[in-house]
Amino acid sequence: MSEVAIATRIPLDDYAALLGEGEIEELRLLAKPLRGRSIEMINSTAVGGGVAEILTRLLPLADELELNMRWDVMTGGDDFYGVTKAFHNALHGAPYHSDPKDFEIFLANNERNLGRLPLDAEFMIIHDPQPAALIEGRKKNGNHWAWRCHIDLSHPHRGVWDFVEKFVARYDAAMFSSPEFSRALAIPQYLFYPAIDPLSEKNRELESGFAARTLAQYHIDPSRPILTQISRFDRLKDPVGVIRAYRIVKRYFDCQLVLAGGGASDDPEGAVVLKEVRLEANGEPDIHIIELPAWAPLEVNALQRASTVVIQKSLREGFGLTVSEALWKKKPVVASAVGGIPVQIIHRHTGLLAHSVEGTAYQIRYLLSHPEIAAKLGENGYEHVKENFLITEKLKRYMTLFLAMDRAK
Amino acid sequence: MNASDTPFEFFTVSYLTRIGNQSAGTLTEFLSGLEQCSDASIFHHTFQTLSSHHFLTEGFSNDFAQWAHADANREDLAEQLAALDVRDYLSIAALRSDLCRVVGDYCAAHAGFAQQTALERFYFCESVEVTLPFGLTARTLEEFRNGIVHLSHASFYFHFVSSRLRLQLRTNDFSHWLADGLGLGTLAEKVNRIDIYTNTLESARAKVLGLIDREGRNA
Repeated sequence: MSEVAIATRIPLDDYAALLGEGEIEELRLLAKPLRGRSIEMINSTAVGGGVAEILTRLLPLADELELNMRWDVMTGGDDFYGVTKAFHNALHGAPYHSDPKDFEIFLANNERNLGRLPLDAEFMIIHDPQPAALIEGRKKNGNHWAWRCHIDLSHPHRGVWDFVEKFVARYDAAMFSSPEFSRALAIPQYLFYPAIDPLSEKNRELESGFAARTLAQYHIDPSRPILTQISRFDRLKDPVGVIRAYRIVKRYFDCQLVLAGGGASDDPEGAVVLKEVRLEANGEPDIHIIELPAWAPLEVNALQRASTVVIQKSLREGFGLTVSEALWKKKPVVASAVGGIPVQIIHRHTGLLAHSVEGTAYQIRYLLSHPEIAAKLGENGYEHVKENFLITEKLKRYMTLFLAMDRAK
Repeated sequence: MNASDTPFEFFTVSYLTRIGNQSAGTLTEFLSGLEQCSDASIFHHTFQTLSSHHFLTEGFSNDFAQWAHADANREDLAEQLAALDVRDYLSIAALRSDLCRVVGDYCAAHAGFAQQTALERFYFCESVEVTLPFGLTARTLEEFRNGIVHLSHASFYFHFVSSRLRLQLRTNDFSHWLADGLGLGTLAEKVNRIDIYTNTLESARAKVLGLIDREGRNA
């Protein structure tokens, strides 16, 4: 079976306490004309990755609104996922050595899935490049097809994008996480943000004492400022740059640095980067390098909540939902102006943007010197996330898209 | 209790942001974008972002001013763009004309800055609006108050802010109905004077409700 079954029920009313009755009522109103109409989401994995995480929370909410939404996962062999990984990196701008066989493997796997996926829903949402060629299976029933791209297409490898574009151009619409990621396409392109779920383990309020216990577990001193970057050990997240920024800050403030993330143990490159990070840290006791398991939502939640300043010093970024996670916890954030981060950090309103190690250090020093401004940025950041980057808002955006497509018929 | 023959109908609204094909990396390109972008784009970057950033009451008035401040690093231009009050405009054409005048004058006076590359590009987008009846109508002040209490931020914004363009008047849906439907001209005027730049949508709603309550007590 290709359909992903989700057992969790998330009562919509649970969100009312956070968002207000008016917002929930609005979701119900938007859902009303869509009730019973079929929606099919298709991506390439049921577990792991941001898309699966979002769909796992989105479907139960859609169910609460009596939307007939299903989620199917395409299948493929190792060769297919090897090719799509290379395509993914190439679309992000990484070097790629074109091999005609790659394109054949991609097409053959998409074709195999045409026979096993229903593809007959009134609204078809295809996530990312892997299943993009499923548009070949479009039925002549006038249904709507939209392509949701979660990756940064601002500097794609030309050959790979030209190949994918041939399929994308046949959709009715495309959605991107930032205007910068969009392409010159004849079809309408919409801004669709990723989202966090305020009730998930990663973002919900924690029981009293949990954050303190987490700090104790990792020997972090709660009485001194804590600077934190949560991200996997990946050069594009610039963990070494974070340590260098911390060292500048440390000249002025007796603070600690937490670099926490997963992905090192099962990723050969992650292990190399982790080694580089440890080398740069040089055993300094106030630098806490924490290798988390791949799925450690409560620990991430606790570390974010215990932080004085949250950092996201990425060199490249898709969207960077860790920023929204920190803002939701009312934390002041200093982040690089890359990818989708400037959408979340409105400079000097919901956080501070930086463009270098020195700039990052300066902004952190500024926040540590002005805790009242840090608190105000955190408050504004929380409101910004509440308005734009929550799972409820994402569902609302999808429903608005369906209604807009329907009316444009 | 005074009842109107014409009921006030509450709507709910939801927006999609459509990404346009224009972007700007310098002030000169920015001016060209302002001249050529769609009316919907001018609306999106002024009226609509006032809604999506409604919680900011200091220093943020529209996307154009924010870009001039944060990315083009032209503080003086940002101040001039921020000073444009959307409530003064009866049409997008008039608003566009003033935006172009401000940026055009600045480029003419500071030719050296006009070609400087901004930190980030400005992308011209536009709003796609979907409205649905909220299922609530009001004929009396009490019913009207009840409806306002139940509105989402987007719906409140739709009736209170973006309605000015729809009505081509220096008023909003609420004030329009209070004056024409219930004959409460003074209350309508007070509601219309609530400052949308120094209030969040939530505090503006509280002020509208406070004014209605005071009117109810005095009736």
